[in-house]
Amino acid sequence: MKWLTQLFSRRRRYDDLSVSIQEHLEEKIEELMEDGLSREEATRRARREFGNVTLTEERSREAWQWPTLESIWADVRYAFRRLAKAPGFAATVILTLAIAIGANTAVFSVVNSVLIKPLQYPKSEALVGVWLTAPGASGLASFSEGLRLSPSMYFTFTEQNRSFQSMGVWDPGTASVTGIAQPEQVHTILITDGVLQALDVPPVAGRWLSQADQNPHGARAVMLSYGYWQRHFGGDGSVIGRNITVDSQPWEIVGVMPRDFRVVDTDFDLIVPLAFDRNKQILAGFGFQGIARLKPGVTIAQADADVARMVPIWMDSWSNGPGSNSHFYENWKITPAIRPLKEEVTGSVGNVLWVVMGTLGVVMLIACANVANLVLVRAEARQQELAIRAALGAGRKRIVRELLIENIVLGLMGGACGVIVAYEGLQLLVTAGPANLPRLNEISLDARALGFTLILSVLSGLLFGLIPALKYAGPRTTVALQGAGRTASASRDRNRFRNILVVAQVAMALVLLVSAGLMIRTFEELRNVDPGFSHAETLQTMRISIPSSMVANPQMVARLQNDIADKLAAIPGVTSASFAGMVPMGSMELNWDLIYIQGKNYAGEIPPLRMFNYIAPDFFHTAGTRFVAGRDFTWSEIYERRPEVIISENLARELWGSPVAAIGKQLRSGSTKQPPHEVIGVVQDMRENGVQEAAPAIVYWPSLMNDEYGHESGETMRDVTFIVRSNQAGSVGLLNAMQKAVWSVNANLPLASVRTMQEIYSQSLARTSFTLVMLGIAGSMALLLGIIGIYGVISYAVSQRTREIGIRLALGAEKNRIFQMVIGQGIRLAMIGVAIGASVALLLGRMLSSFSQLLYGVKAGDPITLIAVSAVLAMVAALACYLPARRAASIDPMQALRSE
Amino acid sequence: MAKNPEHRDLFSGALEMMILHSLRLKPMHGYALVKHIKQVSDNLLQVEEGSLYPALQRMLREGLLESKEGVSAKGRPTRIYRLTDAGMRHLEKEVSSFEKMFAGITRVLAVAKA
Repeated sequence: MKWLTQLFSRRRRYDDLSVSIQEHLEEKIEELMEDGLSREEATRRARREFGNVTLTEERSREAWQWPTLESIWADVRYAFRRLAKAPGFAATVILTLAIAIGANTAVFSVVNSVLIKPLQYPKSEALVGVWLTAPGASGLASFSEGLRLSPSMYFTFTEQNRSFQSMGVWDPGTASVTGIAQPEQVHTILITDGVLQALDVPPVAGRWLSQADQNPHGARAVMLSYGYWQRHFGGDGSVIGRNITVDSQPWEIVGVMPRDFRVVDTDFDLIVPLAFDRNKQILAGFGFQGIARLKPGVTIAQADADVARMVPIWMDSWSNGPGSNSHFYENWKITPAIRPLKEEVTGSVGNVLWVVMGTLGVVMLIACANVANLVLVRAEARQQELAIRAALGAGRKRIVRELLIENIVLGLMGGACGVIVAYEGLQLLVTAGPANLPRLNEISLDARALGFTLILSVLSGLLFGLIPALKYAGPRTTVALQGAGRTASASRDRNRFRNILVVAQVAMALVLLVSAGLMIRTFEELRNVDPGFSHAETLQTMRISIPSSMVANPQMVARLQNDIADKLAAIPGVTSASFAGMVPMGSMELNWDLIYIQGKNYAGEIPPLRMFNYIAPDFFHTAGTRFVAGRDFTWSEIYERRPEVIISENLARELWGSPVAAIGKQLRSGSTKQPPHEVIGVVQDMRENGVQEAAPAIVYWPSLMNDEYGHESGETMRDVTFIVRSNQAGSVGLLNAMQKAVWSVNANLPLASVRTMQEIYSQSLARTSFTLVMLGIAGSMALLLGIIGIYGVISYAVSQRTREIGIRLALGAEKNRIFQMVIGQGIRLAMIGVAIGASVALLLGRMLSSFSQLLYGVKAGDPITLIAVSAVLAMVAALACYLPARRAASIDPMQALRSE
Repeated sequence: MAKNPEHRDLFSGALEMMILHSLRLKPMHGYALVKHIKQVSDNLLQVEEGSLYPALQRMLREGLLESKEGVSAKGRPTRIYRLTDAGMRHLEKEVSSFEKMFAGITRVLAVAKA
């Protein structure tokens, strides 16, 4: 604490010192006067003998100071004073840096929160997603995620594994909750035992679902999410033990999970036990996501080997029913593909984020180049001052330090403002946030992001400060003192740095603009893709599920759905309405099945898996999907359960060569219980997995069919998505009318996932549009900074050459030629930049397409983009040179020669 | 900084030692210190003000001296420096080590002469 008291007593010490020295001098003067000198002479002599009073005082004070620190502090204050005297310069630099640093900080926060920070589970590095691949299962290969687990796999893997501390499977779903206010469709997560144990997050109230709750004959325990608990029970702790009605059945609330708890990245309202019935399981049913916590010390490779060991055990232990070959799956070549859970959460978004981060890093460099230019000009103006100081003995180090400190002060001020920019930017990003950005709720400006800002600020200050510092700190006294301003024109050397900076800026701007251009072209290509439905903005969708506990008979369910569709179609302004198991791009779970063509001898071979959907009559008509051949189902055929089927155009071409040839042919599903279905229609391809993914071959079954297991009542889709074609899609009026229509049929049915098709469509483009917007912002920033850079350099060069241009004009040069000379100088720089940038852009573009798969339908070296961007840049460069060129041409020789 | 070529620079520590020794006799203010040393050394040693004041401040900080308000012989306000106990101990240590060094130097010089 001594240093603290010292700090406070310092003022007194300094006063003491001054008093002492003052008295010293006076006493000396007096003594000299006594020796007979005049007062004046005595004063002079005393002072001479004493030496530099200020210096002595300063050095005496240093006894109480940390000299280096305090002199740095003095430099900092000096820097502030100098900046305050040049508010225009300071504001320009700080603003430029604030935007660049702010943008970088914002994106770093996102990268940090999404990719770097560990998942919010205890010891999350031991968590893995248990996935498989099946390279031998044709059809499934296009299913990029890999093969999910079946319930029988869950049993085998949990019982036989040697590497998992705990393991379970889960699946998101929906359920309707009634009895609390309006009937509500809620998001559920179905879990087996082991999932919560693996995630290891304790509940805030009550308990986890237990092994005993996984009772296939009477599972009735449910957990709430924190949000649901707050919304419906006001966070009441006594809710534990109470019942809620889920899908018409009473369930007991046994626990509440904490705020922000998610399963992987899925938000939910209720956690419900999956409660598999062990006795009814077969090999198939690959519909569940596996999650596990590795035993301490077990690596992913070891876990993979462990699972590979268990796959044959699984095939030995289960079958697909009597008569089926249980080693059939050997053809699929099932291989484990366990991956860190974090990878599963972040998915492919990592590529996008790193691309954006790199892009903004380039913007940062461009901003630094700009600022370096400004700082150079400023340092040039100070050249004489610096030279005088150097002549008086200021060391090179001392001057470099001062210049650097001024620039670091600028950098830090820019950084401080940048934090504000970043904060606002993040707010914007999170609210407007692309819904498919994982861990969106975790994004924040944390200490690490602020540390990043600090480092970035100091580094940028060093980066743009070092050039002038090294350039002007040197002992080049003679040049400066002679008054370089009087030489005829700027030397080559003086402009070289700035020219290099401008060339670099233009090159970097070109790279960014080409990237942005490629994204625009990609977006255009995607917009031009026919998704298989039309006018998405007038198509309203919503999900309704009818649980078997509410209506048991499938035939009755079909009637109910038919009634709802009719009521919806009768709403004024609605042109048609229908439903299907799922709508394209709806990110619903995809269904796959083996499809056999009637009359083909498979001879022990397995046909490829095909995607299938269930549809009702008029679905295609409502969606705007064209029939390529044949016709739609009718309701009477549906009720009769006529074995008919509609297929997609690409499937028809693959199987029978042409859509027309497919009509009348027959195919059947993997289940031997199903009769062969006759193809009655062929519809255009649908981009089921999103615009970017190729349209899969799809089989469309009627919404009501004979049960696979041979039940007399048949089988129907209980969870369907209705689509309604209306100009009022998305309006509150239509939603109310739709709700009334549904409730006029059954008042207990909740409406879920109410979205327009346009929303679904945009979401499937979200990754591309997010990248496009970010690259667009970065590109425009680069362009703007580039213009300012070129303008600054040319403008300064003109001001330096005023005298030279004056002489040229006086000697008879034409104004036109002067104008062209200046413009030419700017364009020359720009063209060098463009040439360098183009080659870098080619390389980078290749990375953009291969590394991140961000491009669609456009090549990395797309000549149109490259030429367009280069032309734009050249034009903009010419524009930036226009003003200074005009100024140069309008120089009055008389004035120019007189003025200096 | 008036440099008199007749006066050699003092080696490091010597100035401190003389200040401490002078103040042991009686507390003094700055000017009095300079005069005292000059007189006692018969003008052989002249303390430069440029060195005196930083040295005083250093010793103040190290607690060898303390200062208090006072008046000069001419009645002007100034600061009087006084030796502390720590200063006293420091002085004794310095003097003894200086004497050893001086004895050593003398012997070496004696050998060289012979």
